[in-house]
Amino acid sequence: MDGFVRVPVREQEPKVRATNFEEVCYGYNEEEAVAEASRCLNCKNPLCVQGCPVSINIPAFIAQVKEGNFEAAYQIISESSALPAICGRVCPQESQCEGKCIRGIKGEAIAIGKLERFVADWAREHGIKPKKAEGSNGHKVAVIGSGPAGLTCAGDLAKLGYDVTIFEALHQAGGVLSYGIPEFRLPKDKVVAAEVENVKSLGVKIETNVVIGKSVKIDELMAEEGFEAVFIGSGAGLPRFMGIPGEQANGVFSANEFLTRNNLMKAFKEGYETPISHGKKVVVVGGGNVAMDAARTALRLGAEVHIVYRRGEEELPARKEEVHHAKEEGIIFDLLQNPTEILVDENGWVKGIRIIKMELGEPDESGRRSPVEIPGSEYDIECDTVIMSLGTSPNPLISSTTEGLETNRRKCIVADETNGQTSKCAVFAGGDAVTGAATVILAMGAGKAAAKGIHEYLSNK
Amino acid sequence: MYQIVRRQQLQSNIVLMDIKAPRVAKECLPGQFIIAKMDEFGERIPLTICDYDREKETVTIVVQTIGAGTERMMDLKEGDFLMDFVGPLGCPSELCLEKNLEETRKKKIVFIGGGLGTAPVYPQVKWLHEHGIDADVIIGYRNKDLLFYEEEMRSVAGNLYVTTDDGSYGFHGNGCQQLQALVDEGKKYDLCVSIGPMIMMKFVCLLTKELGIPTIVSMNPIMVDGTGMCGACRLVVDGKVKFACVDGPEFDGHLVDFDQAMKRMQQYKSEEGRAKLAYEEGDTHHGGCGHCGGDK
Repeated sequence: MDGFVRVPVREQEPKVRATNFEEVCYGYNEEEAVAEASRCLNCKNPLCVQGCPVSINIPAFIAQVKEGNFEAAYQIISESSALPAICGRVCPQESQCEGKCIRGIKGEAIAIGKLERFVADWAREHGIKPKKAEGSNGHKVAVIGSGPAGLTCAGDLAKLGYDVTIFEALHQAGGVLSYGIPEFRLPKDKVVAAEVENVKSLGVKIETNVVIGKSVKIDELMAEEGFEAVFIGSGAGLPRFMGIPGEQANGVFSANEFLTRNNLMKAFKEGYETPISHGKKVVVVGGGNVAMDAARTALRLGAEVHIVYRRGEEELPARKEEVHHAKEEGIIFDLLQNPTEILVDENGWVKGIRIIKMELGEPDESGRRSPVEIPGSEYDIECDTVIMSLGTSPNPLISSTTEGLETNRRKCIVADETNGQTSKCAVFAGGDAVTGAATVILAMGAGKAAAKGIHEYLSNK
Repeated sequence: MYQIVRRQQLQSNIVLMDIKAPRVAKECLPGQFIIAKMDEFGERIPLTICDYDREKETVTIVVQTIGAGTERMMDLKEGDFLMDFVGPLGCPSELCLEKNLEETRKKKIVFIGGGLGTAPVYPQVKWLHEHGIDADVIIGYRNKDLLFYEEEMRSVAGNLYVTTDDGSYGFHGNGCQQLQALVDEGKKYDLCVSIGPMIMMKFVCLLTKELGIPTIVSMNPIMVDGTGMCGACRLVVDGKVKFACVDGPEFDGHLVDFDQAMKRMQQYKSEEGRAKLAYEEGDTHHGGCGHCGGDK
């Protein structure tokens, strides 16, 4: 090994994995992890740490891996992240830590994500838990939502001695980690449940089946249940649709519905009662991680799957690894194309989708070149299922039932980026509820900032 | 875990349960619903709240066997537990809000409940009765053997009219025909609330539109999360897409696209499931009551 190339990671064969829900990537074993860690230059001024939204001390943990001190490596990561086994699997490392790695200039960046995953998996397999606070400080904090933002905020506060209760609307903790990201990318029992248990082992309580704004309001939590501060990490719930003809037809689903049925309700598993559509030919509209997840799930349920995205390959917002995996598995990418109508049969079921071809025009506000329709280029794809994966917007359940909580024109809760403070006293927020749909790690970063903000607020009260 | 503190068999395939659920019982109002999931393997089943007791911290639901999930739920006994029970979901009925009381008092209201839809009509009529408003209530069943909730309803309704499709009890005909008969007798109504199978609500709305009576319906489409997240329950109201779980479940019945809503109920029905329903429901099967349907 000349040091320029990373230690390859073992994966399930594409042809085999396209028919099962087992995890795609096997991760490193001890020898591979040590070998990969040895490539790290241990920079004096580590740019990778700047690229990490939760500022993990990356060179320090990698140095421990190199020496074979995996437990020490885990405790270093735990100081900054409550969910390392998850981040190691789903973070967009190429645009964060690994994107800044000096090794990446002349060769391949250190596989920081794969090393993080290895350390977290090793710790779990060896029964190592994050360190608990010495004692309780007696202050009660409520956290709304048990997704990445909520779990991180709760974990950090618990480590500082706070008495934290998470309220989760669904019947299972994890938020998007449970209902959104599929088993083959993020195993539920092995990884998600275990990391949730780790957060609970810090003393955090989780009450499921509580819809804040409906079952109980934020003001009631503070006035009647004794919570001194509240963190809102309720995510971006509401699915967007295109508003094109035929969208109400049977066989048109939001990615949220399709993935929730499969991941949270386990429709793919024998014995579970929730039904899911097993399409023969499925069109997924959109190019983000959620679109890749929906497409690869439909493929595993037995369909031929097309991804229709209005921009080009370079503009796909999904992680590179997901696009690469999707292609390997046989997903067909119809890029620079956009649906104009869903074709419906006489019984109200999808029979096809009308597509118009696009070309890239001038860059828009986001800096991406905006797609323009090519007149007269329409054609039809025959299909029985259409999955809309166009992003989500925040759920108004909390903002509409909490007086004094300011939202912006996109219905996102307004909160200070540095400490999560909202317009309402003692109420903090972060994650997709504030930013609109983003990534797991950005939500965790916001949860972390808010935990700090809450600690400062309650310390100075 | 949520305990079944009372269980009453109303009909061979209809069961009433009081569930201990302190948070729901404290906050719920007529018109809202809950989602129940009996165990690890069960579906999330949306059910309209049929009554509640704030002191005993219980919520009453009425369940009818529709699919595998509800069939298994029937086997639960008093003292058993449901694994999950979340709510109250959806918006409360506008009629049963204190702030609208003055407006509501001015109205002559008629409720039309069909089949299992009788049960969720009850808390609304009861709430109005407790606030000094007596509403007329029509409850319709296929035949006398399927009748339930008659006495409960009589105790809170102004006038109660029971109908059976085959004439084996009460008025011979359906809820629409009974309403027409009442109007023909000279009764005047300012508002109609109809809860039942979609096909029934559709026909009630066609009639009340003709009669010029504004009508509220409670929609019961397929749902998963019940908090606005999945979009499965979307329906078209006045040309706009609405989510029944957060925008409803009650809507202006004259603006609901029932044909579309009924088609969407077919989404997860297997051929086998359809055959079973057709067999069990005989000629009254209209295919409009999907896997979670018929509960209202």
